[in-house]
Amino acid sequence: MIRRRGAALALLLALATVATRVEAQDTRRSGFMFMSPGTQAMQRDDMENPGMLAVLDGAELWAKPAGTSGRSCADCHGGGAEAMRGVAARYPAFDATRGEAIDLAGRILQCRAERQGDAPPPRESRTLLALTAFVAHRARGMPVAPDADPRMTPVVEAGRALWHKRLGQLDLSCAQCHDDNAGQKLASAPIPEAHPTGYPIYRLEWQTTGSLQRRIRGCLTGVRAEPFAYGADEYIALEAFLMERARGMEIETPGVRP
Amino acid sequence: MSRALINVPAKARKGEVIQIRTLVQHEMETGFRPLPNGGFAPRLILRRFECIYDGETVFAADLHPAISANPYLAFRTVATTSGEMLFRWIDDRGAVREERATIEVT
Amino acid sequence: MDLPTASRRLVLGGGLALLAISPARATPEAMRAAMQGFAGGAEPRPGRVRLEMPTLVENGNAVPTTVIVDSPMTAADHVVEIALFNERNPLPDIARFTLGPRCGQAWVSTRIRLGDTQSVHALARMNDGSVWSASAELIVTLPACIEG
Ligand code: HEC
Ligand code: HEC
Repeated sequence: MIRRRGAALALLLALATVATRVEAQDTRRSGFMFMSPGTQAMQRDDMENPGMLAVLDGAELWAKPAGTSGRSCADCHGGGAEAMRGVAARYPAFDATRGEAIDLAGRILQCRAERQGDAPPPRESRTLLALTAFVAHRARGMPVAPDADPRMTPVVEAGRALWHKRLGQLDLSCAQCHDDNAGQKLASAPIPEAHPTGYPIYRLEWQTTGSLQRRIRGCLTGVRAEPFAYGADEYIALEAFLMERARGMEIETPGVRP
Repeated sequence: MSRALINVPAKARKGEVIQIRTLVQHEMETGFRPLPNGGFAPRLILRRFECIYDGETVFAADLHPAISANPYLAFRTVATTSGEMLFRWIDDRGAVREERATIEVT
Repeated sequence: MDLPTASRRLVLGGGLALLAISPARATPEAMRAAMQGFAGGAEPRPGRVRLEMPTLVENGNAVPTTVIVDSPMTAADHVVEIALFNERNPLPDIARFTLGPRCGQAWVSTRIRLGDTQSVHALARMNDGSVWSASAELIVTLPACIEG
């Protein structure tokens, strides 16, 4: 008994050392760290974070019956604070029925169409962003924990390949900016590491809330590449790769970005 | 659908100066945003904000297009009496939106 | 990789977008006229007003702005109105705030839009009719990779 307890303690200690070592080596930094103190303050305080307006919209939509089913999201998933807890930290996930990866917004569209029997709102619509922000906010503070389904591996690898592919007239890959030059300045803007931890974000440039796909679109047009269509497999693969790359980092939704 | 976030302390001592913060959903269309067809998106902003408390407008603001989208306004007031605070925003077309918060003053 | 070239080209896109946003600009003269209108004959004196803004602005769409006026805010001695002006947006006015003794403190905070590097001015009118002023010089930078 005593010996067993000793062993358990030793194991705990070992785990603790491993944990601190991992932490010490973890140099990944959220985009939050690259922002000015004023913009950081805007994100940190819910009362000053305009992204919270989308979360509030989402909370109302969550409880509102829709479509031919006459049911609300809350009717099936619960109306309490525990509903959807941590779910967003696992997305994009593998959808066994469809046999493909699906992002969080795609999952919500699926429930809207197939379970509520309503016309699914378009990508980037206020309704979809609000519901996505509401669900993702329910994972705030939790570590990114990608779906363990092995069928996600090829999706992550497709995303990784895209990340390293040179794109557009400027012939630049995502990695050249976000891996090789993170922390440097592009014009006057610092180049962040491109972690997907704050999405949907309130971007000051947009003056509204938008998705990770819209954010990546900005980088694609920035290198003079043709952006993919909203909902395209390329975005889902990139997001799956970025989530894998951000494994263990904290979800911050709703993030604020310049 | 339009949201407002209002932050008023739930309780305060009589005579204490409290801080009030408001954040309201609004695009604050400036009238200067060019449209693809060559024209400009018509101006539509919240142009007036009022806070009414204990029988008086304790703070008001006249806003212009240079106020950011989803206007944020914070100000201070003396806690005088328990009761309701009324917050009112008025847009270019005269549409009014109101929110209320209560405070307990001891 | 050749980042400087990339930056120049990206900045070009941003610069063009900015020009399109500002069809007409207020001039320093228009701003001075608006400020004189507010002062109503009084000569604004520097002092008593503090204008807190970042000197380097990350995005001109939401610049945190706080105005604090040194005043006891009593019935006998208080701020009546605070106004914010800018030099280079399409219009010189930003906002006017009506205050009184019930405020307890002359403190106001908001977020403003600034289309370009420029100066911002805060004026405060007291109940005795005197007008006090403060100003701030800001450098407005553009985010990279903007759309369009
Ligand atoms: C030329 C350099 C460059 C390239 C290439 C580039 N980006 Fe970016 N990216 C930036 C900069 C700069 C920002 C910061 C935003 C700003 O202020 O414009 C950014 C922001 C981001 C963000 C937001 C991070 C956050 O904190 O929210 C993501 C995600 C992102 N990029 C993904 C990508 C992806 C995916 C690609 C490849 C398809 C890519 N980027 C290509 C420069 C680049
Ligand atoms: C009629 C019941 C029903 C309604 C209404 C409904 N859902 Fe679902 N939802 C489900 C079921 C069942 C699943 C599990 C499906 C699966 O795992 O394949 C699910 C799964 C989800 C998931 C993924 C959860 C996870 O752990 O991966 C999300 C997110 C979600 N729903 C969001 C919503 C939202 C947002 C709404 C309202 C717009 C909504 N749902 C409305 C039944 C419903």
